[in-house]
Amino acid sequence: MVSVLLLAFVVQARAAQNDALAQALTGLTAEDFPTKTDAATAVAATRHPNARAVLTAMLEGNLHFRTADQRVFIVQGDDPLTLTDPLTMQAAGSGATADFTKITTNNRLRKTLKGLIAGFDLSDPDAGVRLAAVNEMMRSLDEDSIVILRARVDDEKDDKVKDAIDTGLALADLDSDDADTRLAAVEHLKGNLSPDVYNRLKRLTERSDEGVHAEPDERVRRGATVAIASIDNWRQIYGGVETLFFGLSLGSVLVLAAIGLAITFGVMGVINMAHGELMMLGAYTTYVVQLAMPNHIGASIIVAVPLAFLVSGLVGVLIERGVVRFLYGRPLETLLATFGISLILQQVVRDIFTANNRPVETPAWMAGSWQINEALSITYNRLYVILFMAVVFAILLFVLKKTTLGLKVRAVSQNRAMAKAMGVRTEWVDALTFGLGSGIAGVAGVALSQLTNVGPNLGQQYIIDSFMVVVFGGVANLWGTLIGGMSLGVVNKVLEPFAGAVLAKILVLIALILFIQRRPRGLFPQKGRAAEA
Amino acid sequence: MNHQRKLSGLATLAAAVSLIAVSAANAADTIKVGVLHSLSGTMAISETTLKDTVLMLIDEQNKKGGVLGKKLEAVVVDPASNWPLFAEKAEQLLVKDKVSVVFGCWTSVSRKSVLPVFEKNNGLLFYPVQYEGEESSKNVFYTGAAPNQQAIPAVDYLMKDIGVKRWVLAGTDYVYPRTTNKILEAYLKAKGVKQEDILINYTPFGHSDWQSIVADIKKFGSAGKKTAVVSTINGDANVPFYKELGNQKISAEDIPVVAFSVGEEELSGIDTKPLVGHLAAWNYFESISNPANSAFIKQWKAYTKNPKRVTNDPMEAHVIGFNMWVKAVEKAKTTDVSKVTDAMIGIEVPNLTGGTAKMLPNHHLTKPVFIGEIHGDGQFDVVWKTPGLVPGDAWSDFLPGSKDIEADWVTLKCGNYNKVTKKCSGQNYE
Amino acid sequence: MTMRTPLMNLLLGERGTQIFLAVLLVTAIVVPILHLAFDAGSSLHLSSYTMTLIGKYMTYALLAVAVDLVWGYCGILSLGHAAFFALGGYAMGMYLMRQIGPRGVYADPVLPDFMVFLNWKELPWFWYGFDMFWFAALMVVLVPGLLALVFGWLAFRSRVTGVYLSIITQALTYALMLAFFRNDMGFGGNNGLTDFKDILGFNINAPGTRVALFVASAVALGLGYFACRYITLSRAGRVVQAVRDAESRTRFIGYRVESYKLWIFAFSAVLAGIAGALYVPQVGIINPSEFQPINSIEIVIWVAVGGRGTLYGAVAGAVLVNYAKSYFTAAVPEFWLYALGALFVLVTLFLPRGVVGLADRFTPRRREPEPEAVKA
Repeated sequence: MVSVLLLAFVVQARAAQNDALAQALTGLTAEDFPTKTDAATAVAATRHPNARAVLTAMLEGNLHFRTADQRVFIVQGDDPLTLTDPLTMQAAGSGATADFTKITTNNRLRKTLKGLIAGFDLSDPDAGVRLAAVNEMMRSLDEDSIVILRARVDDEKDDKVKDAIDTGLALADLDSDDADTRLAAVEHLKGNLSPDVYNRLKRLTERSDEGVHAEPDERVRRGATVAIASIDNWRQIYGGVETLFFGLSLGSVLVLAAIGLAITFGVMGVINMAHGELMMLGAYTTYVVQLAMPNHIGASIIVAVPLAFLVSGLVGVLIERGVVRFLYGRPLETLLATFGISLILQQVVRDIFTANNRPVETPAWMAGSWQINEALSITYNRLYVILFMAVVFAILLFVLKKTTLGLKVRAVSQNRAMAKAMGVRTEWVDALTFGLGSGIAGVAGVALSQLTNVGPNLGQQYIIDSFMVVVFGGVANLWGTLIGGMSLGVVNKVLEPFAGAVLAKILVLIALILFIQRRPRGLFPQKGRAAEA
Repeated sequence: MNHQRKLSGLATLAAAVSLIAVSAANAADTIKVGVLHSLSGTMAISETTLKDTVLMLIDEQNKKGGVLGKKLEAVVVDPASNWPLFAEKAEQLLVKDKVSVVFGCWTSVSRKSVLPVFEKNNGLLFYPVQYEGEESSKNVFYTGAAPNQQAIPAVDYLMKDIGVKRWVLAGTDYVYPRTTNKILEAYLKAKGVKQEDILINYTPFGHSDWQSIVADIKKFGSAGKKTAVVSTINGDANVPFYKELGNQKISAEDIPVVAFSVGEEELSGIDTKPLVGHLAAWNYFESISNPANSAFIKQWKAYTKNPKRVTNDPMEAHVIGFNMWVKAVEKAKTTDVSKVTDAMIGIEVPNLTGGTAKMLPNHHLTKPVFIGEIHGDGQFDVVWKTPGLVPGDAWSDFLPGSKDIEADWVTLKCGNYNKVTKKCSGQNYE
Repeated sequence: MTMRTPLMNLLLGERGTQIFLAVLLVTAIVVPILHLAFDAGSSLHLSSYTMTLIGKYMTYALLAVAVDLVWGYCGILSLGHAAFFALGGYAMGMYLMRQIGPRGVYADPVLPDFMVFLNWKELPWFWYGFDMFWFAALMVVLVPGLLALVFGWLAFRSRVTGVYLSIITQALTYALMLAFFRNDMGFGGNNGLTDFKDILGFNINAPGTRVALFVASAVALGLGYFACRYITLSRAGRVVQAVRDAESRTRFIGYRVESYKLWIFAFSAVLAGIAGALYVPQVGIINPSEFQPINSIEIVIWVAVGGRGTLYGAVAGAVLVNYAKSYFTAAVPEFWLYALGALFVLVTLFLPRGVVGLADRFTPRRREPEPEAVKA
């Protein structure tokens, strides 16, 4: 009897919730954003089990209404749309895109939506989701969210999540009328590096124009000052780490761009002005791969790496067989011929892909950043580029030092005639070496496609820098290229905050010119007889 | 009329024959239209589209029977993103090919480079890109936006509708961003924004490593006040900039970026995911639904045989400019430059967003201003627009050097008239 | 050779030089006449466009001669000569800017427009003196010359050679380009210097001034050419060529290789500066893209196409490549990069001595011994 009553009650409550949700949904079909915002808040307020799904669909642009009867659906797919009824979460057939209007959002509405969704996520079983939800709510802390957080804090078992909630509550406590509460809050926030905390504490120490302290209590002020000093200190340290990371990531881009050149230029003595265009081909290969597998963007990069190596490598072999092999021993003339080739390659991609940049997508696993703490985060794409560079470098080193091909390459570069006499097919080795250097350029292009524009001018941006790195590091020395590129990157980034981006680069160039005067053969000069050639 | 058209058709045919038989110099039966847009080099990205636009418009006009009974003939040259070459090619178009009008240029420096050439040879140039103002030449019609038709309305929107209190003015280091930021700085200060709430940053062309600058913006924006970035970052540098913003988790909800140089064309070369919600201010968006616009988009897609080609603001500027020129030539009944320039003033043609573009005495247009939010599919959702049309102002009222200067080619006959000293200066002709 | 005075030998000692001299003289005389004496309607009339174009080619030719002097004769492959050219151009541009005076857009009597617009209150110190032509002319020579001296002194002293030298000259011009692009530098940023009005009191667009500039370019090219030819024929010139062919050996014989290289490098930079100074008033603009490393590479390519190691070859190459560029960009705008690219590849592969080498091959008489195989 009791259970039947309870059931009836639940059913009745659910019916009421359903009505409320249906009511709120009609508001979403409005034209203007304030009405939609209110409606979204109303959807959340129903606490309907489907409310979160509705809000998420709206955030992702998957909430449409049928233009004819204004009925709202969660949709999937392009055309026709697969419909889901938000009240029951049952499939509701499908419909033509033309009959539906998308419920659009703007920045402010999206922010509201995220906050509302976070309110639901606070009770999610996954601690990570809860943490993200708390952080989301911290972005726009208001009385409503404080109430939700306060309700949650005692149930929370996970330490990290609890910490985050405590921080939010402490921030709220700073507005308390009780000086002791405020002091406790300041104490609690002392080691926190979040900018919200910093700004809030900073405001406690401020004075108005009339000299009135924003914070009446002396102890709280002193506590805030101490806390700020400590935060400043930490921020500076993490700022240094960040700059170092920026430098290393810039450096690894330089190394990637230069390392293929270190082979063609360093080992073979060919001034390959088309090197940049070979990188460009690698980047376009990535684009084509993504076109071919639009549903597997995540894997596309992995597929693109060997393909780019093959494409650029093949073009490299063609260039070597067709042009460069006639010019050995005349390095400066290879410069002219390959410059001509670079013009042709640029125009080829312009004709195939138009002059416009091509969109290369960043896979989800490369987007975003790794938040180490509130003051320090490292972007994934840069991190992967550094790792990728290290892998490429290691493989290349292995190929050159430990394989037969590497042995032959070194032999030919040191003494061509002798190598030939020993039975090395020098022509074959030349073509493969050039192909290897070009292939590495293509691989670098894949990495660049994740950082910058993929367009016909991509190569030109990097060619000068690449030559600088190779010359700075010392020709024919892979380690020199590595250390050269990394140090140029770091120096550049260390100078940038003081001098600005342009001046930093100019200073690096001047330093480089002066350095070459001191060590005309670079950081790691080639030793022995070959150096004199 | 029909008869006449037939005759003119015959004449064109005869001209075509004589062109092959004799030489190009005798082909006086067509009206030559110069197209001066870079097809190679760094600016090809933006300018190739404009070349195609002009060719399409000429094609269309010829189908309607040409102008004054004559067919239009396009003369396309490639100044290859090389500024001195722009001047050389302009001179070639005017002196050698004797074109009646030129549609061309994108960057300010290219316009500055050809300006003396057009003034010396009394040529006629339609310049279709939003620019820094501070200029009004007798021989140039500016069909793009002046700063008061793009930058100032955008800032107004951010200030009033979004409640932005702190401003990052980020731009590429050249004259357009410098002027725009100068105007905006003066404007913001006049609105009571303090110096410490404005951060100005310049980067070189094609800047690709944005890590430090974006980190700075993040720090600047975390001071507890609503912050926005006003971006005059040029073309190529935008992709790595937005990617870095996305990766450092600066979302449009926290720090929106409003850009003046990012349109549909640029977005078609970008993975738009990290950009969603950021803003752009233009006088035209492809997404604005309007019969004229739909027809134009359809025509463009058919002409380029590419259903994915997008349209953008400078293209609309060329459409307006071209239609105005045709109207002015028909009004003046000649292609003589002096007569056409006189006839141009006051000409009205419909723009593609449902309004009317009118050529003002200062050689600028009236334009509506739209703010759009970037959408996942590379289009913009218009979130705000000016209530009416904004007349283009050649000389900004917010710059100390130019607030006394006025351009008026009807009464004052001067593009650079100082109201205080009552003098007309900086002109290259009597 | 025995019957000739040194001067005659200098002027006429070489078939190519004879042709060059003849063509230059005819051009310098006929072009202005065709431009001035005939009306625009006449079929003999030469438009100012064509004249300016030829004038521009002549400044390029002078630049190519300068590069050939260091590369073809001394074996220094400079990828930074565009910098010297641009510096000379900027010096001239600054003079022309100062000549605008109060006729600028903002009618400021002293400050160029771009400074008014950047809110600068007074002229930066390095703009002083440029209102006087003699000072600007001096700077056209001094700035590139001194830069080359300092740079060369640093580089040659520590025996930076070959590719290393090429790369750091490239770094030099790249650094200068970045610097000049900055608006804060006071050289007009990306827009550079433009909208010139007068030169030496004459309207820069008047036909007479145009002709004068044209003739000045022709004279400068002629003088520069023969100065270079004089140097290459002199004793010092032979040492320089010895340096090119065997640097160490020349040093061991007892020559101070560094000073030879240094002076010839500086002289070449001065020539490039003069070429730039003549280029700017004719094209009407100077901006930092002139510093682009790619421009320097192009100059080298002119020389290679023409035939390095022969001065007339450099002239021929500069004119040929630039004419091809002017022609292709108008005739086949979509395909000109293919044509240009293919030209570079084919010339390097099949004409190692450039087009003049090709011409020599078809000329039965050979007065001079073949230039030695040039090795970089």
